[in-house]
Amino acid sequence: MKSVKIIVPFLLTFSLLSFSSCGFQSDELLVDDEEFGLEGSPRHRSPETVLTRSPPVTRKRHSDLDSDSKIQFSLDHAFGDSDFSPAGTFSARLKTWSHGGQSLTKLRFSRNSFTDEDKEKFKNLLKSDDFYRIRLPSNVLSPPGRDFVISSVKARCLPREGLDEHFVIHMEGVNVLAVNYGSPGSCPYPRNLKFPAKWSFNSHTVLKNSEQAPRAPVFTEEILGGENAEGEVVQPPERSFWAKYWMYLIPLGLIVMNAVTQAMNMPEEQATGQVPAQGQPSAGAVQRGPSSAARRR
Amino acid sequence: MAIRSFFIPFLLFVLCFCSSLSPVLSLYEDQVGLMDWHQQYIGKVKQAVFSTQKTGRRRVIVSTEENVIASLDLRHGEIFWRHLLGSNDVINGIDIGLGKYVITLSSGGSILRSWNLPDGQMVWESFLQGPKHSKSLLLVPTNLKIEKDNVIVVFSNGRLHAVSCIDGEVLWKKDFEAESFEAQQVIQPSGSDLIYVVGFSASSQFKMYQINARNGELLKHESATFSSGFLREVSLVSSEMVVALDSTGSILLAISFQNGEISFQETPISNLVEDSSGPAVIIPLSVPGIFVIKTNSVTIFIKVIGKGKFEVVEKTNHETAVSNALPISEGQQAFALVQHAGSEIHLAVKLAHDWDDNLLKESIKMDQQRGIPHKVFINNYIRTDRSHGFRLLIVMEDHSLLLLQQGAVVWSREDGLASIIDVTASELPLERDGVSVAKVEHNLFEWLKGHMLKLKGTLMLASPKDVAAIQSMRIKSSEKSKMTRDHNGFRKLLIVLTRAGKLFALHTGDGRVVWSHLLHKSEACQSPIGLNLYQWQVPHHHALDENPSVLVISRCGPSSDAPGVLSFVDTYTGKELNSLSLIHAVVQVIPLPYTDSTEQRLHLLVDSDKHAHLYPKTSEALSIFKHEFSNIYWYSVEDHNGIIKGHALKCMCIGEVVDEFCFDTRDLWSVVFPSESEKIIATVPRKLNEVVHTQAKVIADQDVMYKYISRNILFVATVAPKCSGGIGSVTPEESWLVAYLIDTVTGRILHRVTHHGARGPVHAVFSENWVVYHYFNLRAHRYEMSVIEIYDQSRADNKDVWKLVFGKHNLTSPISLFSRPEVITKSQSYFFTHSVKAIAVTSTAKGITSEQLLIGTIGDQVLALDKRFLDPRRSVNPTQAEKEEGIIPLTDSLPIIPQSYITHALRVEGLRGIITVPAKLESTTLVFAHGVDLFFTQLAPSRTYDSLTEDFSYALLLITIVALVAAIIVTWRLSERKELQDKWR
Repeated sequence: MKSVKIIVPFLLTFSLLSFSSCGFQSDELLVDDEEFGLEGSPRHRSPETVLTRSPPVTRKRHSDLDSDSKIQFSLDHAFGDSDFSPAGTFSARLKTWSHGGQSLTKLRFSRNSFTDEDKEKFKNLLKSDDFYRIRLPSNVLSPPGRDFVISSVKARCLPREGLDEHFVIHMEGVNVLAVNYGSPGSCPYPRNLKFPAKWSFNSHTVLKNSEQAPRAPVFTEEILGGENAEGEVVQPPERSFWAKYWMYLIPLGLIVMNAVTQAMNMPEEQATGQVPAQGQPSAGAVQRGPSSAARRR
Repeated sequence: MAIRSFFIPFLLFVLCFCSSLSPVLSLYEDQVGLMDWHQQYIGKVKQAVFSTQKTGRRRVIVSTEENVIASLDLRHGEIFWRHLLGSNDVINGIDIGLGKYVITLSSGGSILRSWNLPDGQMVWESFLQGPKHSKSLLLVPTNLKIEKDNVIVVFSNGRLHAVSCIDGEVLWKKDFEAESFEAQQVIQPSGSDLIYVVGFSASSQFKMYQINARNGELLKHESATFSSGFLREVSLVSSEMVVALDSTGSILLAISFQNGEISFQETPISNLVEDSSGPAVIIPLSVPGIFVIKTNSVTIFIKVIGKGKFEVVEKTNHETAVSNALPISEGQQAFALVQHAGSEIHLAVKLAHDWDDNLLKESIKMDQQRGIPHKVFINNYIRTDRSHGFRLLIVMEDHSLLLLQQGAVVWSREDGLASIIDVTASELPLERDGVSVAKVEHNLFEWLKGHMLKLKGTLMLASPKDVAAIQSMRIKSSEKSKMTRDHNGFRKLLIVLTRAGKLFALHTGDGRVVWSHLLHKSEACQSPIGLNLYQWQVPHHHALDENPSVLVISRCGPSSDAPGVLSFVDTYTGKELNSLSLIHAVVQVIPLPYTDSTEQRLHLLVDSDKHAHLYPKTSEALSIFKHEFSNIYWYSVEDHNGIIKGHALKCMCIGEVVDEFCFDTRDLWSVVFPSESEKIIATVPRKLNEVVHTQAKVIADQDVMYKYISRNILFVATVAPKCSGGIGSVTPEESWLVAYLIDTVTGRILHRVTHHGARGPVHAVFSENWVVYHYFNLRAHRYEMSVIEIYDQSRADNKDVWKLVFGKHNLTSPISLFSRPEVITKSQSYFFTHSVKAIAVTSTAKGITSEQLLIGTIGDQVLALDKRFLDPRRSVNPTQAEKEEGIIPLTDSLPIIPQSYITHALRVEGLRGIITVPAKLESTTLVFAHGVDLFFTQLAPSRTYDSLTEDFSYALLLITIVALVAAIIVTWRLSERKELQDKWR
């Protein structure tokens, strides 16, 4: 079994989000957020970080502040409605901030390979288009916390070359709010039955923290003045002559054109003498009337 | 051709003319009431006090369960004045002091107010503090004076206060320190300066305090113990005796405290009534010499004869309401009782000391749909022949209020409409051969009479009464209040469910009640509590000749796992088609997007054991359901412990009884909010029946963005748990608000954003691909509104025309939510001046018309705000292209334009909800706002671009056309003549 570990670069963490402290580092966090945006992309997968199993001691705390400690929590999975069983381990560094907040960085994941029994179960899931379910503890320090966070996906979404999976773990301090599990790409419907060529997991993991909302813009007086003007119906001060009076100009133009054509027709007719009116006499009359303008348009 | 060439310029003229006439968003003064209506209600009356002085208008002051104090006209039932107290300011008692002040005690007995009786102005207000929480009692003695001050006696919060009636000053107060003393009655025997406070202490002790009314000095304090304890309620039978029940409800106790001596007289109920069964309850009343107990469904009237001797005077199985006693003449007190018997109610007014003699006995036919009488209040007047006449104010089961006098209903008010819990809209019947289906057409005689009236009116012979009749007929026959469907879809029925469990159908044209239906009571369920309203069957009128129906879900008892009741009600007639008493509870109702061949919508009902039940229970529905079995997902929010769960169906229920309409469910996902930092305060899903016209949104630089319009998104707002306290309970540093967009099929968190320094309450509305929410910003000390728009990136590369031409796009491929979503969000926050009671959004038939937010402000008005103001793409200096697109330059706060209040000068008191219903005309939406008042109007968010407005001048159009035709004929003639001349030349 091969486990691809993804190190999620976590330069700064969500100190602002941790409940005990709300602070002043909002600008820093925004920088941080931009990095989060990139995390999902494959280029962050660093192949050199092959798993080095973290030491059996799950937590060790250093005495100094802003300290790091290693932490582990396990991933459980279930096939359809079966009970959950261990499927892998997440390990991360727990960073304790000087102001008391704690956050996870450098998340790594080691996936246990499927046993033959598991493979059989998974094949059954694929056949019946059933759900493959995973769960994580809702608190990484004292698992399982209040409850497990569960996520499921139709098993047919996972197989590609191997089994591709994608975790998005939403954190709030040391609490796991939710885990979103699924295939890294699309899972088109209708889902076709397809068995994986290799029974190995290709895992992508992303840790996500809350973004900070943009603040409502605070404007100074002169812009407020602009707002007042905008509150009313916006009347552009100068509009072109055409824009203002087109509704009068067009009919006027038409009338003028009518008159001109009539004036032009008249000498023509006088010159040619009596033009025999083909067809019905009325049509001839019309021809000389305003219709010529319409015809020329 | 001649015609055309003439016509075009004129047509242009006409068009220009029309466009210059197109209406502004707001109304002109004379347009008020053309399309909107407003109705004022007060709610279920708790207490009523009559004010019938010899001079001035007859009125009744009422307090209601909606916390309204109102003064009603006794002649017509109209509201003179009305005050709505806050929802946490529950009224405990009202009375009239000095004949000109209305005294109200509210907020758990801590606020005493006085209002001017004629106009409802507040005169004074005083706050009464006390050591502990207790029952609140208000007593306004008529003749108790301290230094020329009339006195109000208030027992509240464990303290007795004497308050001046003139200015609300507390004259004296007396604490009742005894740790568990619970006062039941405050008695002031008329003509004495003593006040008695009686009550229980430590459940088995009866206490009596005698207090000097002049200075609050405690004169006497007695207590006596009764070993088996008391039930809490007492009935006052004289100024020296109360009647109570022991804790088992089987022994009657006459407690007399004459001269400060307490003595008990026990009488087992079985001695009085042979076949009594079950524990009794005493109905708190104050009728001298008589009290009422109730065992099971039997109401027993018992008279007190002598010292502690009882005598049963009447037993009845009918539902009975009894009024308090009313002194009518020296030493005589009368009271009323109202009994419900079938389609009639029997009234009786009796003297307190003489049971067998009735001062008044009447039977009145009563609408079955009003249910049983709940409360009765009595008032007397002097008839023309100098005898006593009585009028009764009764409150019925459906919360309506009626005044009965001389054997007739003088007026009635449908005050159940003050507490609407759910609303849905229904189409009206189609017009067939000029006869409306609802049979509002009258017979030949009435038709003739109507025409006679009209004739009279035109000949100026009509009396004022006739004029009123003609006017009402005109309103009735006018277009907007017809009982048939109209072309534009403006006429509809609003089906509303009230807290009393009554359905009303309101006509959108004028707001009248077309029919009403009290929820059916069955053997299995005595008092169903209405919960929700769903559209059950909406037949397409060409395919099916059947009336539409609604599904009413109600619960058989107050607890959430009580069994449910389904009622199916025809929306044209108000008849109950069917009623099902379920064996399971109803926790969640999921209307499925499938209908069977009779166009009944499939509904999935989830019970408290997480089983899902399919309705209707037909094999056809089952086969449709089986087909979509694996595509049905839903979610549940457990907001008490901060968990949101997603569910899907598993298999058929496993149980002893095979029920093929019952399914087991399973949990698919869960989101667990950390309890120490987040608490769910708002969850808003997208509206189920919303129509989105287009997924693509063309932005300024000819680019296209695709809206993420999945129906399965839930907006969740959480706040720091500390923030749930009152104002000032948190500093900005320790409060935050987190907004989530969660996919309800997979449980994915699509977007998550934290607002620091923000706190609830949160009001949100979700439509198309955006959500707007309103909260308070502690740092800026202002309310804020934020918008989140969510766009689908997976379709973003379908911009190439050639791709579209050659079909190499993915626009038609089915979307699976199990794919990883590629979404981007845009958001922006703006300050908003008002706090908000409700937010809704306009909805139109095809979703083409731009949307407006409807904001129910704290002033109980509804403000329409263009969605464009809440565009996250607003920037300080929009480019020319953006301006053309309609992007408004960025401002920090949202403008409140006074003309855009759709309620104009009116207020929808106690506003709770705003409902929008699309009309058939695309530009128009129907808006219904409800609270204690009701308000309805039509709204055209982008103006009525698809129809001519009311004030369009058809005459001018006709004149223009006639003039044109004439001009054509004249010119034709002229040219013909000219041609002839030319030919002859």
